[in-house]
Amino acid sequence: MESFRRILALIRKELRTILKDPRARFTVIVPPLLQTLIFGYAATYDLNQVRFAVYDQDHSEASRQFLADMEGSGTFRRVANLRDSKEIGPLIDSRRVLVVVQIGQDFERRLLSGQPADVQVIADGRNSNTAGTALNYINTIADSFNATWRRNHGDPPLPVHTVFRAWYNPNLETRWYMVTGMIGMITMVQMVILTAMSVAREREQGTFDQLLVTPFRPIEIMIGKSVPSIFVGLMQVTMILMLALFWFKIPFLGSLPTLYLGVFLFLSAAVGIGLMVSSVAATMQQALLGSFLTIMPFVMLSGLNTPIANMPHEVQYVTLINPLRYVISVLHRVFLEAASLSEVASDLWPLALIALCSLSVAVWMFRGRLV
Amino acid sequence: MNPRRVRTLIRKEFVQVIRDPSSIAIAVVLPVFMVLLVGYGLSLDVKEVPTAMVLENPSPDASGLAAAFILSDYFRVTQVTSMQEAEKLLRDLGVDGIVRLSQDFDRQLAWGGAPVQLIVRGVDANRGRFIQGYVQGALGKWMDQRQITRAGPSGGPVRLQSRMWFNEAVDSHYFLVPGLIVLIMTLTGALLTALVMAREWERGTLEALFVTPVQAGEILVGKTLPYFLLGMAGLLLTTLAGLYLFHVPLRGSTFILIGVSALYLLVALGIGLFISSATRNQFVAAQITLVAAFLPAVFLSGFIFDLASLPKVVRLISYLLPARYYVSFLQTIFLAGNVWSVIVPDFAVMTAMFLTLFTLTLRKTRKSLD
Repeated sequence: MESFRRILALIRKELRTILKDPRARFTVIVPPLLQTLIFGYAATYDLNQVRFAVYDQDHSEASRQFLADMEGSGTFRRVANLRDSKEIGPLIDSRRVLVVVQIGQDFERRLLSGQPADVQVIADGRNSNTAGTALNYINTIADSFNATWRRNHGDPPLPVHTVFRAWYNPNLETRWYMVTGMIGMITMVQMVILTAMSVAREREQGTFDQLLVTPFRPIEIMIGKSVPSIFVGLMQVTMILMLALFWFKIPFLGSLPTLYLGVFLFLSAAVGIGLMVSSVAATMQQALLGSFLTIMPFVMLSGLNTPIANMPHEVQYVTLINPLRYVISVLHRVFLEAASLSEVASDLWPLALIALCSLSVAVWMFRGRLV
Repeated sequence: MNPRRVRTLIRKEFVQVIRDPSSIAIAVVLPVFMVLLVGYGLSLDVKEVPTAMVLENPSPDASGLAAAFILSDYFRVTQVTSMQEAEKLLRDLGVDGIVRLSQDFDRQLAWGGAPVQLIVRGVDANRGRFIQGYVQGALGKWMDQRQITRAGPSGGPVRLQSRMWFNEAVDSHYFLVPGLIVLIMTLTGALLTALVMAREWERGTLEALFVTPVQAGEILVGKTLPYFLLGMAGLLLTTLAGLYLFHVPLRGSTFILIGVSALYLLVALGIGLFISSATRNQFVAAQITLVAAFLPAVFLSGFIFDLASLPKVVRLISYLLPARYYVSFLQTIFLAGNVWSVIVPDFAVMTAMFLTLFTLTLRKTRKSLD
C-alpha cells in the first residue's frame, strides 16, 4: 500500500512535467497530429496528376478516341503534342512529362483490318514505382478500349475477362492502409523518445540521484516512469484515431476494446525499449541519438512500406521480435477487416511477450546501472 | 575570421565527436545498417504472391489456365475446390488473392467472355493493385499462347509496348539508393547538428563562448565542419555501396554529384542550426527536426511517393523543402545523366535556401550576444 502511494505520487509528478509545461505539452500533441496529416496526404501511391505527351502520327478517329479515354480517366493530363520523335528525349529528361504515348501512323488501318496495333508507351523510370503504377493505369485503359472496340465492331469478345473485387478496401485507397498503420509508427517514435528522455533529463540534471536516495525501489521508479508514458501514448493514439475517423473518414469496422488492448501491449513494449535506451545513455543527447538508432530498424522492418513477405528469410526472422510489426497488423485487421479478438490473438501474444521481455530487461539493466 | 581560433574550435568539436560514441553511431553505423538493409532486405518488387486458385471443375481449359498460374514466378498457388475454402484462406491471411474459374468455364470460353473472378486483400492497396496487374498479365499471356495453338480472337486489338527509361529492368535499388543518400545526409546534417547546438544552448556553454573573442561566424564554421565531413563520409559510403554492391549506375558526373551534395548538406546544416537556435532545447529541437526535416525528406521529397498527385496545399509546402530538389537532382544524376534542365534549377533553389538560412542563423546567433 505504501509502495502504491509512492508510485502514484511519482506518476502524478511525471504527468505534470509532461503536460503542464506548455512547450513539453506542445511536443507531445502537435507533432503526432502534424505527422498524421503529412502522412495521410503524402503517403499515397495513388496517382491523379500524370503529365503526359502525345506523339500521334495517325491523327485518326481511333487514335483520338484512345487518347480521349486516357484524358477522360481523370489520372492523365496531356501537356504536349509532339511532331517529331526527337522531342521525346528532352521532355522526359527534364521531367516535364512522366509518360510519352506514341501512336504509329497505321494505327486505325490495322485496327480496322483486325490486326493488332501497337501503342508505344515510354515512362520515366527514375522513380520506378510511380512509373510502374502509371503503366498499370494505362494497361487498364487499353483493356477497356479494346473491349469497347470489339463490341462496336462486331468482333467476338475476348475469351476471358476478369471480374475484379478488392476486399476490405474496395477502392484500393493507399491512405486507408497508411494512416491506420501510422498509429503504430508515430506512437513508437514518441514513446521511445519520451521515455528515454524523461530518465536522461533527470540524470543530466542530477535529480535522478536525488530520487535514488528516497525510499523508492528501482522497480517503483521504473513503474513511475513507464505508466505516464503509456498514458501519453494512449492519448496520442486516441488523437490520431480521431483524425483517421473524422478527418480522413476511414471506416472503422472492428471493436475498440480489441484495438486498445493491442495498442496497450505495444505501448508497454515501446516504453520498455525506451527505458533500455535510457539505461545505457548518460546524457540527453545520447538518449535521443540512441532512440533514433533503435527506432530506425524497427520502422524499416515493420512491413508498412515494404511487405515482410518480400524480405529474405533471415530478415523475416528478425522481424519476429519487432513489436511494430504486430501492432500494425492488429491495427489493419481490427480497423479495416473487423477481425475479432481471437483472430488477432496470433499478434497479441507476441506483443505481450515482447512487452514483458523488454520491461524486465529494462529493470535488470537499470539495477546493473544503479548498484 | 581568425584561422587559429577556428582551428581550435574545430579540434574541440572533433574530440567531442570521437569521444561520444552516439554521434559516430548516427553518422556511420546507421548509414551502413540502412544501406545493407535496403540493399538486401527491403524490396518493393512483389513476387510469389500467395494465391488461392478455385478450380470448381478441372476441365481441360480451366486446368490449362491454372497451370499457367502455377508455373508463373509471380504467384505461389494453393489449389482449392470451393469458394468457401478460398475465402477462409483470404480471411486468415493464408493468401492475398483468389482466382476463381467457374463450373462451366470451358463452355463460356468457347462462347467468349468467360469470367475469371479475382478477389484481392485490399488492405495494402498498392500490393492489391500490383496483384491485379499480374493476374491480367498472366491471363493475357495465356490467351496469346492459346491463340498460337488454335484459331480464335487475338489478345486485343491495341497492344501496349511499354518501356521504362533509365531503369529498364525495373530494379527497385535504382530508386532506393538515391533516396537513402537523402535520408543519411538529412540525418547527419539537420538532426545531429540541431541536437549538438541545442545542447550547447541548453547548457549555456554557447554563451560562455560568446564572451571569448570568438566571432559568431567562427563558431558556426567550427561547429558545423565536423558534421559536414561526417555527412560527406556518409555520401561516399552510400554511393560506393550503391555502385559496387547494388550496381546502380552513375550516369552523370561524379564532380557534380559531390558539389551539389555538399550544397544540400550545407542547407541541412543550416536547418539544424536554425532550429537549435530557435528552440534552445534538445527535446523540442529533436521533435521539430523530425517533423520539419527528416519526415518530409521521406514523404514529401518524391523519393517514394509521386509529388504531382499530392493535394495542392501539400504540394505547395513541398516546394519549400530542400529535400525535394535534392531527390530530383540525385535521381537525375544517377539514372539519367547531366541533364542541365533539371540540375540548374535544383542547384539555384538550393543555393538560395542556403544563403537565406545562413543569414538567418548568423543573425540569430549574433543577436544573443547582447
